[in-house]
Amino acid sequence: MWGKLSWEAVPLHEPIVMVTSAVVAIAITAVLAWVIVKGHLPYIWKEWLSSVDHKRIGVMYILLALVMLLRGFADAIMMRSQQAVAMGSAGFLPPEHYNQIFSAHGTIMIFFVAMPFVIGLMNFAVPLQLGARDVAFPVLNSVGFWLTATGALLVNISLFIGEFARVGWLPYPPLSELAYSPGVGVDYYLWALQISGAGTLLSGVNLVTTVLKVRAPGMTYLHMPIFCWTTLASNLLIVAAFPILTATLAMLLLDRYLGFHFFTNEAGGNPMMFMNLIWAWGHPEVYILVLPAFGIFSEVFATFSGKPLFGYRSMVAATMAICILSFMVWLHHFFTMGAGADVNAIFGIATMIIAVPTGVKIYNWLFTMYSGRVVFEPPMLWALGFVVTFIIGGMTGVLLAVPPADFVLHNSLFLVAHFHNVIIGGVVFGLFAGYEYWFPKAFGFRLHKGLGLAAFWFWIVGFFVAFMPLYVLGLMGMTRRMQHYDVPEWQPWLQVAAGGAALIAIGVALQVVQLVWSIRHREALRDRTGDPWNGRTLEWMTPSPPPMFNYAVMPEIEGVEAYWMRKQSAIERQALRPEPDYHDIHMPRNSSAGFICAFFAATMGFALIWHIWWLVALAFVGAWAVFVVVAWRDEHEEAIPAATVAAVDRANRAAREAALPTLRPVS
Amino acid sequence: MMGISERRCLRAVRRRSNLAWSRTALRWCALAALPLALTACKWAVLDPRGPVGQADRTILIDSLAIMLAIGVPTILATFAFAWWFRASNTRARYRPDWEFSGAIELVVWSIPAMVIILLGGVAWIGSHDLDPAKPLSERQAPVEIQVVSLDWKWLFIYPHEGVASVNELVVPAGVPLRFSLTSASVWNAFFVPQLGSMIYTMNGMRTQVNLQADEPGTFHGLSAHFSGDGFSDMHFPVRAVRADEFAAWIQATRGTGPTLDGAAYTALARQSTKLAPSTFGAVTPELFAQVVRQELPPGPGPGTERGGAAEAPKAGEAAKKGH
Repeated sequence: MWGKLSWEAVPLHEPIVMVTSAVVAIAITAVLAWVIVKGHLPYIWKEWLSSVDHKRIGVMYILLALVMLLRGFADAIMMRSQQAVAMGSAGFLPPEHYNQIFSAHGTIMIFFVAMPFVIGLMNFAVPLQLGARDVAFPVLNSVGFWLTATGALLVNISLFIGEFARVGWLPYPPLSELAYSPGVGVDYYLWALQISGAGTLLSGVNLVTTVLKVRAPGMTYLHMPIFCWTTLASNLLIVAAFPILTATLAMLLLDRYLGFHFFTNEAGGNPMMFMNLIWAWGHPEVYILVLPAFGIFSEVFATFSGKPLFGYRSMVAATMAICILSFMVWLHHFFTMGAGADVNAIFGIATMIIAVPTGVKIYNWLFTMYSGRVVFEPPMLWALGFVVTFIIGGMTGVLLAVPPADFVLHNSLFLVAHFHNVIIGGVVFGLFAGYEYWFPKAFGFRLHKGLGLAAFWFWIVGFFVAFMPLYVLGLMGMTRRMQHYDVPEWQPWLQVAAGGAALIAIGVALQVVQLVWSIRHREALRDRTGDPWNGRTLEWMTPSPPPMFNYAVMPEIEGVEAYWMRKQSAIERQALRPEPDYHDIHMPRNSSAGFICAFFAATMGFALIWHIWWLVALAFVGAWAVFVVVAWRDEHEEAIPAATVAAVDRANRAAREAALPTLRPVS
Repeated sequence: MMGISERRCLRAVRRRSNLAWSRTALRWCALAALPLALTACKWAVLDPRGPVGQADRTILIDSLAIMLAIGVPTILATFAFAWWFRASNTRARYRPDWEFSGAIELVVWSIPAMVIILLGGVAWIGSHDLDPAKPLSERQAPVEIQVVSLDWKWLFIYPHEGVASVNELVVPAGVPLRFSLTSASVWNAFFVPQLGSMIYTMNGMRTQVNLQADEPGTFHGLSAHFSGDGFSDMHFPVRAVRADEFAAWIQATRGTGPTLDGAAYTALARQSTKLAPSTFGAVTPELFAQVVRQELPPGPGPGTERGGAAEAPKAGEAAKKGH
């Protein structure tokens, strides 16, 4: 009846897991109780869970990412403290638990923190920047989000029921095959990623279509803000690369569930093929994450330097060059597998070539500051911290691309330091910059500046203290994923690294405090004009938060910095443009399809993991029924009356007119 | 592909920069390592004891130096630009519309491109010079050693000498070593940081690496590819000894202790950790080849794990059920 599921699946004898389970259960119950007692449930359902508004979905993606960041960071703290104490002893985490923790840490941080955060910011900002009312496929967008959330849910369930994968964040066979990993851990990993991967692919299709087809009049490709360009590049990569991931994991699933031999040791299986396939997705994935971050930094550098982005066309070319090159370098992840010298050298050089457009971007950001007026708001500090950190990470990356250097550094803590250097220094700093930058647009009030600056300093100092020792340890010959070790010289460096993690923890705590404090004091931090940073791109033309329909009338775009040009002419004339004619606006209706679909997907994933076949069939039929109902719906739009539109726009115009006398033309 | 003259030129550059850069870099390393003077021998990768490790280190330091030459000024420029052009600095010139300069674009595309051309040359030549499969010496015959990674220990077979050891590698110093490697089950990577390049071990496949220890000494060897619960214990001492001591060790080992045949190998392939070093006095000929050809089947896994019920289908059975 219940497949492989029994009470033995619950790790009752592991105090760390059980205490965590209890705390999480209490927290979830408390939040639910509060929501129901206070009567917030209808609001949450109508305005959020069933919303197809790209801004709401973007916010939910980011909320998911922030919650999962806490989970992934807790894993990081456990790993750092285990390694700090496990010199010549077993530490406090046995291997079977420690191995789950580093596997979960990597999986969560990439798939359920970085990805939803990036997709959330793209979802929120790109339609606004394009001058669009919504994304191309709003319901699909909602489904994509809920499938991602389903994956995150399954990963977290594995903590309490069964176990998570013990094979690393990429399940290399033959270790991940049934013979060597008979538990449900790898199955949790595979189904969580298959489901969330489908969501990511839907989101990629949606955002590519949005950038290509849903733009305001006059918004030609070379008038698009650079963040839209990097979004296009990133989502093209998603559309091209995620099917490879899905196919590769599907083959591993066939091996594990139906006795196939794609990647097994025996019967003609070829684990090397898995390595090639997974990195054919995995390397583009790095750029799926970092290209949007580059786009955010471009917006931030221009805004807080009071200048247009330097070398806009060069930046577009560099972005698209990285997009294409990222598919040609995957083999550098296994130079030590024994390929010939020619193959290694060609892939090493191809990898280095990516450093050229990336270097160009760095210089263009520097020249954006040059002759500007640099303001050190939190987003700008994240951007500056990024440049310094990322140059170091980029250099160690190119170093690892030199095959003979990789022969002694591969899989070492030097490698771990390198990719945290580019992912934290590049992606995470970019996401935090975007979070601080667009927060007032999303919610109508700023985040507290002082707390934001404090969080930044703890993060960046903590980062260097935590990861520079890992470079040293790599040079001392320490490999990654060690649950304990017998080399006493490694320990002091690991203790320093643990101290760095503690500093980052303070940074994270300050960010939580910043959010709570800012919500409580939102009236004092209110953004009344919709343009808190003296912005340049179109999203700052809307009120904060923007109405559901974004723009009362479609803006006419005349240049790269559409809003900046309007603002300057308004300041010169000391008058806004004349009031436009308002019309009814048709917007998509809410849809519960995503939420219900996710319910069935979660049930089906869980049933597949535990081999509860009748439930698999039931959930599949349920999900199919939702699809049919959505496909047959007749009414999917509702009209917003012109009077409502006019009221919103007039309020925005009044606020801006009032602010006009305080603004001076730039000189 | 590059022409011969270009290759030569790059080599010359490399040699010259080798001397200058590695000396500077070594000085810095020495300075950085000062507080750790007592532990200096643990700078594994930076303290190689053989020609391969030394060449790897040279390339590592050269490449780093080439990149620092451009990276450090860029970092400094970041600080300088941000500080000088701060909004409160009235002496800085504000040009709100300055957004393009063809000359600057030419330079910012050229500088990284030229660095990469140089580094690409280093990578090309280095990959070929240091190809793990390339013999170290044309004159001196290497000592052949076959390596099998098992769950979770290392087996070293000396085919010509007819002996084998577990979890301890004994090699003659000053003699090229030719390793052939495979795995009994899951992947590992054979890595002795102070000797240089690592290589994967994979079941059903044979990889090769050529290494050498210049002087007698004991080095730390380990697996550099995660292989499951016993992974952290997959380290082993490498004892490089004088040629006569090596011969004596072979002599003492041969004929004493158990024989490594198919049955002994199968027993060894079962999952276990923290095996004390031991030796085999005799080895069935072709045992390594039998492992590579899977005539000796891959080692078994753990049997059960949480949620991995004992009835988990064995390969093949599930396929039948599925049809």
